[in-house]
This record gives sequence, structure tokens and C-alpha cells, in this order.
Amino acid sequence: MTGAVAAPDRDPGLQPERTRLAWRRTTLSSTGAALLAMKTTLHGGTSATAVTVCALCGALWLGFLLVAHRRIRALSATSSPSALTPRHATAGALLTVALAVCAAALVF
Amino acid sequence: MIEFARNVRLWFAPQELRQEGGTPDYRFSLANERTFLAWLRTALALIGGGFAVDQFLPDLRWGWRVGLALALLAAGVLCSLRAVNHWIRCERAMRRGEDLPASRFPALLGLAVAVVAVAMVLVVLVGWEG
Repeated sequence: MTGAVAAPDRDPGLQPERTRLAWRRTTLSSTGAALLAMKTTLHGGTSATAVTVCALCGALWLGFLLVAHRRIRALSATSSPSALTPRHATAGALLTVALAVCAAALVF
Repeated sequence: MIEFARNVRLWFAPQELRQEGGTPDYRFSLANERTFLAWLRTALALIGGGFAVDQFLPDLRWGWRVGLALALLAAGVLCSLRAVNHWIRCERAMRRGEDLPASRFPALLGLAVAVVAVAMVLVVLVGWEG
């Protein structure tokens, strides 16, 4: 009987889980953008510059995965996790900006 | 603009944010974080759209293709910078117990995306005729 009832310290709205999944979705979006970057590079003749920029996109993607992974671990560690730190949020946003700059370099 | 510069300083200074007001219910902070992530996904989608214009409209003239792609990429940059700025403003408002900040950015982004979409439709139609 007690198995059906949620543990008392668990948030009934599952907010940490939803936030964790939101981070997952965001890594998925960043994967999509990185794959499109790779397709653009392969399509437009593989010059040394293009390959370098593409490698940079890959590195940015890995950086984003790392940021997301650290936040996901922090979210699943406790039942009432602490808020996102500004540094973490800024890192995520700046990695996205850097990806856009690489994209502009590839497209141009 | 000065307000924005002051917020940019906060982006890198977690201790300064923590000094303001009291810690809100963690669920509110998490909801704010999810909103931030949704905006970041929007930014990533715009960047993906920039790549897609470049890749999937190869018959367009170079100027139009690159122009549209760069417009989408610039929208992506603005969107992600604004995401972190709005997140920090909401976080601070919640700590101080103020109203959440109002913003005209969603309306502006909506209009910009509509303009790019109309431009793409026109360019593709004209491109097919010509």
C-alpha cells in the first residue's frame, strides 16, 4: 500500500525531474545544431578553415553537454535542489552564442 | 542600456545575486530555469534554421541565402543573450518579492520570425519563376 504513495520528501509536481528533462531536451537541440554544422561543412568543400570551425562546433557541443551533465547531476542529487547559478546559465548562453558565431563563419 | 550592463555584471557574480532579498521556493527557481532553457532551445532552433536556409535553398542567389541565414543566426544570438538576462531579472525579482519583469522581446522576436518567413516565401517563389 505504501508503495503507491510517493515518498514524503518528493515534490508531487516533479519539478526537479521536469527541469532535468528540460536540460535533456536542450542538449538534444544543441546536438541537432551541431549535426547541421557538420552537414554544412561536408557540403561546402572541406577547406582547412571549414574543418577547424566544424571542430570548434564539436568542442562547443561537448562543452554544452558538460554544462548540462553537471546541472542534471546536481538536480538528481537532492529532492529540493538549489537554484541554477548565474555562472552556469551564462556558460550555457555563451556556448550557444559561440555556436551561432561559428555558424555565421561556416555560412559566410 | 546601463541597466543591461549592470545585469551583465550579475551574470558572472552568483554571490551578488544571493545577497539580494530571500531565497524563494525552489520550485519557482526551477520553473524560471525551465523558461530559460526553453528560450535557449528557441535560440538553438533559430541557429539550426540559419544552417537549414543555407543548406536547403541552394538555388537562391548567394546574397539572399547568406542574408536570410545571417538574420536567423543573429536572432539566435539575441535570443540566447536575452534568455540569460531575463532569467537573472526574474531571479532577482523573485528574491526581492517584486513583480516579474515585463518584456517586449517575445513580440519583437515573433515579428522578426514572421518577416524572415515572408521573405523566404517570396524568395523561393521568385526563385522558382526566374
